[in-house]
Order: sequence, then structure tokens, then C-alpha cells
Amino acid sequence: MSTVPVAPPPPPRTAAPVNYLSVSHSVRSWLLTADHKRIAILFLVSISFFFVLGGFAATLVRLELVTPRGDLLSDDGYNKAFTAHGIVMIFFFLIPSIPATLGNFLLPIMIGARDLAFPKVNLLSWYIFMIGGVIALSAMFLGGVDTGWTFYTPYSSTYSNQWVSLTVIGLFLAGFSSILTGLNFIVTVHTMRAPGMTWHRLPLFVWAAYATSLIQVLATPVVAITLLLVAVERTLRIGFFDPALGGDPVLFQHLFWFYSHPAVYIMILPGMGVINELVTCFSRKRIFGYEAIAAAHVALAVLGFFVWGHHMFVSGQSIYAGMVFSILTFAVAIPSAIKVFNWTATMFRGSISYDTPMLYTFGFIGLFTIGGLTGLPLASLGADVHFSDTYFVVAHFHYIMVGGMVLAYLGGLHFWWPKMTGRLYPEGWAKFAALVVFVGFNLTFFPQFLLGYLGMPRRYHAYPEEFQVLHVLSSAGASILAVGFIIPVVYFLWSLRSGPPAPANPWGAKGLEWEATASPPVTENFADTPVVTEPAYNYASEREPEIV
Amino acid sequence: MSDADTLSHSLPAASAVEEEPSHPAYRHQFDDMAQQFEASHLGMWVFLITEIMFFGGLFGGYTIYRSLYHEAFADTSQYMNIVLGAFNTSVLIASSLTMALAVHAAQTGLQKPLVRFLLATMALGSVFLVIKYFEYSEKFHHHHFPGPNFHYEGPWARQAEILFSFYFVMTGMHALHMVVGIGLLSYLVWKASKRVFDATYYTPVEMIGLYWHFVDIVWIFLFPLLYLIGPHHMGGHS
Repeated sequence: MSTVPVAPPPPPRTAAPVNYLSVSHSVRSWLLTADHKRIAILFLVSISFFFVLGGFAATLVRLELVTPRGDLLSDDGYNKAFTAHGIVMIFFFLIPSIPATLGNFLLPIMIGARDLAFPKVNLLSWYIFMIGGVIALSAMFLGGVDTGWTFYTPYSSTYSNQWVSLTVIGLFLAGFSSILTGLNFIVTVHTMRAPGMTWHRLPLFVWAAYATSLIQVLATPVVAITLLLVAVERTLRIGFFDPALGGDPVLFQHLFWFYSHPAVYIMILPGMGVINELVTCFSRKRIFGYEAIAAAHVALAVLGFFVWGHHMFVSGQSIYAGMVFSILTFAVAIPSAIKVFNWTATMFRGSISYDTPMLYTFGFIGLFTIGGLTGLPLASLGADVHFSDTYFVVAHFHYIMVGGMVLAYLGGLHFWWPKMTGRLYPEGWAKFAALVVFVGFNLTFFPQFLLGYLGMPRRYHAYPEEFQVLHVLSSAGASILAVGFIIPVVYFLWSLRSGPPAPANPWGAKGLEWEATASPPVTENFADTPVVTEPAYNYASEREPEIV
Repeated sequence: MSDADTLSHSLPAASAVEEEPSHPAYRHQFDDMAQQFEASHLGMWVFLITEIMFFGGLFGGYTIYRSLYHEAFADTSQYMNIVLGAFNTSVLIASSLTMALAVHAAQTGLQKPLVRFLLATMALGSVFLVIKYFEYSEKFHHHHFPGPNFHYEGPWARQAEILFSFYFVMTGMHALHMVVGIGLLSYLVWKASKRVFDATYYTPVEMIGLYWHFVDIVWIFLFPLLYLIGPHHMGGHS
């Protein structure tokens, strides 16, 4: 684990200064580090591992679905495979993905701080995350869980005789790790900004990370107690959620989605934060509507708390509640659209360059728009009855989570890779991989919209033969997507040893991380605390006055 | 605990700026002790907000079932031991007082009173837990612990079991927080006996004090919600 980023000191630029990577090479120095940048690397390596595991489970799912019959996996095995895919990808990859890696690395640097407010808590959050991950994984290897990642009662309480309790304890811990990250970010942004770094000068990535942290801190404890109640119900045989014992299974759904809907925004807001940075840098133009985007981040975080009922339109909740949740869900489209329009307006008359991070940005904007717009039929009470629990929902979700968040993560990783490692990646291969990811992604998930529209329910390992063509297309797309994910792994690892050394600011970008630190940064980031004197993204200010 | 780091550094805003970074509790990532104190404070409050949401899930579930099964809950409530509950409430309020006095002693640099008030707080917390133990064993004795052996006379057995489930989970979670709190207090006693805290540095005392008050306040809500739902025959079943 510690071997990955330990590059040999780069060839003498300025006599190979000691940076956060070269300051020490021992395993111990990594496992006991309190440096936010090293902890970011620990998380990066860990979540990459979980991404591979979750991808493996997805591979099983897609292989099974090549044929209409359930021939590769049993129905039970299939249930376990998609449950494992969901749990690992959501709780151990998507939720920590950008906050714990890029966020940990960049947030203190972007605001001009030497570290997060609580470095030891930051390290603790990694250990808790790993313990949670090991517990959840051991549950999967001991026998697996077949409830789906949502743990709906009574599947998870009465009917599942599998490793539910152990799994939810693992998720409880992962949630605690996420809370600690959010807490650290909130305190850091409030108290540790450099002189001149006012709230209106904060990079929008920081605004997004801050909004995400609010959700992590407010929503995660609720799912923690909910999962704990499921574990208690299973071990003591009591009936919080069991109708036979007077409980109400729909209460579980309310409590679960009270967290898990905001959690979806934990999984997309940081991606939007990354796109803010990329779109303005590669358009060489100050971002359009800074304040509106910052407000839209916070608005999404707040609105996210009031729409959980749209997961429950067919659960038997009151029709009036359904109407309110439906209207509020439509309201989510407003801040989302503000961002998409502002990103587009930023590109308008900008000097766009087509470097790899920008390719991912294009992909993000397009796919997020499709994912967002397909959310509207799902928010409509009538249409949702048809689409509920079909592949339409699966496709919608993956357009946001993979087409949105994973592309943003990859875009951000490419953008900041020179800063994090001090090495440049091969641009040609990276552009090729971005293209492969885009093609593979759409081939995987667009057919699923059609499948869902035609009525293919999710979570079945066998299906009528007329769906086979679309399923085969989807599985073919998944294999292309897998190639698109493997190529970056190869060239990133290659670049650690053999990539050309990166200058401090290879993109000519604005922001403290580019303008005030070396690549890679030194342990406490800055030689002297920077003083901020200009607004964020002060690219070519003569271009500014043009209004569309 | 997330406040593990919060514990080990910080200081009030007032003291001399130039000398602060040489304080043994100073951490390198901060500009000065004032900033460090502010960060610890905010961190603790954010942590307490997460705790509110954590218990909030339980209170939310409780509220829903109480409105669904109001009569049953009122009937069941008479089996809560109101005398012990009320006594425990006063024990906790007293412990909040000693905790506040401990914080004050730390702020004013009174070393011996600080240790004494911390020990008194620990003692009161322990009294609470011992009484809680007797309450729990009474419930076990009457087969009021939810699960296969649960027994309840009358038409409300299922609903009563749900209230007892909430009773055990909520008070159990609360008791767990008390145990953690007592552990944190013993850490403070150990530090205080080495005279770590004075008027320039008392952050851990204040932070753990906030935590202790929070746990007390949770009980202030738990007591009426669990014990005082319906009329108690003869002033309680005890």
C-alpha cells in the first residue's frame, strides 16, 4: 500500500527539494502520518481497491445478464453479487471518493492552510474506514448479503438469514469515518482560511466540499442509528420494523432515505466541485456566475434533505406526502440547471483547450444532464409508478453516479495528478482512455433506459428473451468501460516511475494549489502563509465584461 | 471518539499573541492558540450536532410509534420506575453542576478544586449507571426485556414491546455515552493531576464538559418521554 506514490526524487529542477512524498519512505511514516496529503493518498489507494472489488461484482452481474436464463449464477448468488456491487461502490467508493482523496489533498491547500484542523482525526477516519471496510468485506466473503444495498425491511430483518448484522456494522463504521471527514472540513473552512481568503474568494471546489460536509454531518448519523436498529432487531428479535410484532417496515424506508437521498448528493456535489475548477481552467475564463454556483451547491445540500419520499412513491405512503415530495424533487432541478447553464456559459467565448480533464468535463456535463433530466419522469407521481424498480431507475442513477461522479473523479485525478505526484501522465493515452470510458459508459447504460421503459425490472437474474439484445449491448459496453478504467491505472502507475517531472503549474491554472505550492507540495504546503489578494479564477480578466 | 484530537490542544482567545505558539499544547497547523481554540470549539459543536441527529433518528421513530399507539404507550409507561427515574434525573443535573464548576475551576487555574469536581462528576455519573443497572434488572425480572421471553399482561403486548424496545435502545445508547463520558473524565483527572490545565489552556475540560452536558440533556428528554406518558397508579410501579 505504501509503495505506490513513493517516486524517486525528481531530477534536479531546484536541487530536488524535500516534498511530502520524499520526506520519509518508511511504511510506518505512512501509517502514522498526520499529513492531509498522505492521508489522501492512503484513501486513494484504499478506494481504488474497493473500486476493483465493486467492479468485479458488477462484472458478475453483467455476465449473468448476457443470457436470458439464470445460468452463470443462482438467483441467490446474483442477489449477493448486485448487493456487493451496491454496497462496495456506494459506501466504500463513491461516498469517500472525491472528499477523502482530492478533498483531503486539496482543501487545506486551496484555502491556504498548513493542514486540516484535526490531522489526527483525519488519520482516525482512514482507520475507521478501513476497519469498516474489512468488516463489510468479511461479511461478503463469509456468505454474503442478499438484501440489496438498501437493506429494506423485512428482507433484511425477517427473511434474510445471512450476514446482515456484520455488514451493517461495517457500514456504521464507514459512516462514522465520513462524519469525521465532514466535521474536519467544516471546521477547517471556517477557521483556517489564509488572510484575504474570504468566503467569496473560496474556490468553488471548496464550496462544494463544504456543502457535502454539511450533508455528511447531518444525515449520516441517522442512517447509523437506523442500521443499528436493524442489527438490534435481528439479534434480539424485536419488532421496530416487523409488522408481525407491531412495527412498521415503511418507517425503515423513511429513516433510510432520510440519509440515503442526501447521500446521493454526497456522491455528486464533490464531482460538481471538480467540474467547476476544470471548466474555468480549460476555458481560460473566470467561471460564469460564481455566486450563483456557490449558492446552488448549498441549495442542493439543503433541498436534498426534503425529497427522500420520492423513493417511496409506491411504498404506500400518503398520496399528499407524495405530491409534496414530488414538487420538492422538481425543485432540485433548479440548482442543478443553474450549474449546467453556468458551466456552459463559462465555455462560451472561452479559449477552450481539449486536454484530458476537459474531455471528462464535457462528458460530465452531457451525461449529468441526461441523468438529471431522466430524473424528472421519476419525480412525477404517475410516471414513477411505471418506472419504479425498473432498469430506467438503474440507468438514471448510473448516469449521475458514473457518468457524473466517476467522470468528475477521473477528470480531477488527471488534473491534479501532476500536483499530487510531481509527475505528468501521457496525454495521448489519457485522451484515448477518456474516449473509451465515454463510449463504454453510454453503451452500458443507455440500453438500460430502453429496458426499463419496456418494463424490465431490476434485481432479476433471468428475463424474457425479447430483452436479450439490449442486455448484450449493455454487457458489451461494460467490458469496454472496464478497459477504459484499466488504461488510466496502467499509465498512472507508469508515470510514478517514468513520467516526466511536473512543473509547479503545468496547466497555467489559478488557485493557491497551483500558484503557491511546488509539485508535489512540501509537508506543510507553503513556505509562508499565502496572502490572497484577488478573486478566484482571475483568468484573463479583460474577457470578463461580456454578458450573454 | 472524534474529539480525541480536540482534547489535546487549544486555548482561549485572550492571551498574548507572540508567546502562544510556544505553548506545549500548540499544534503546528494553526497560526496561533486563539485559532486553535476556535477550531476545537467549532469541532466539538459540530460533533454534538451529529449526536443530535443520531439520537434524532431514535426520537423520530419513537414519536411515530407513540402517535400510532398512544394508549398502549400510556399503559406501558406505568411500568417504568418513576422514582428511580426521577432520582437519576436529579443525579445527572447535579453532575452537570459539578462539571460546570470543574470548567470554572480550570479557567481560574484552581488545581485541587478542578480534580475534586471532576471526580465528583465521575461519581455522580457512576451512581446514575448503578441505578440504571437496578432498573434494567427489574425489567428483566418482569420479562419486560423485548425478545422471545417478553411478557406483558393485557391487550397491548405487541405495542408495549415496541416501547420497551425503544426504552432499552434509547437508554442503552445514553448509558453508553455516559460510559464514554466517564472514560473521558478519567482522562481529564489524569491530566489535571499533572497540572496541565490553567487559565491559558483548559480546552479539553471545556470540550468534555460540553459533551457531558449534552449527554445530560438527552436524559432530560428521555425521562418524560419514556416515564411520564400516562398516569402512574399509586405514584408509580415500584
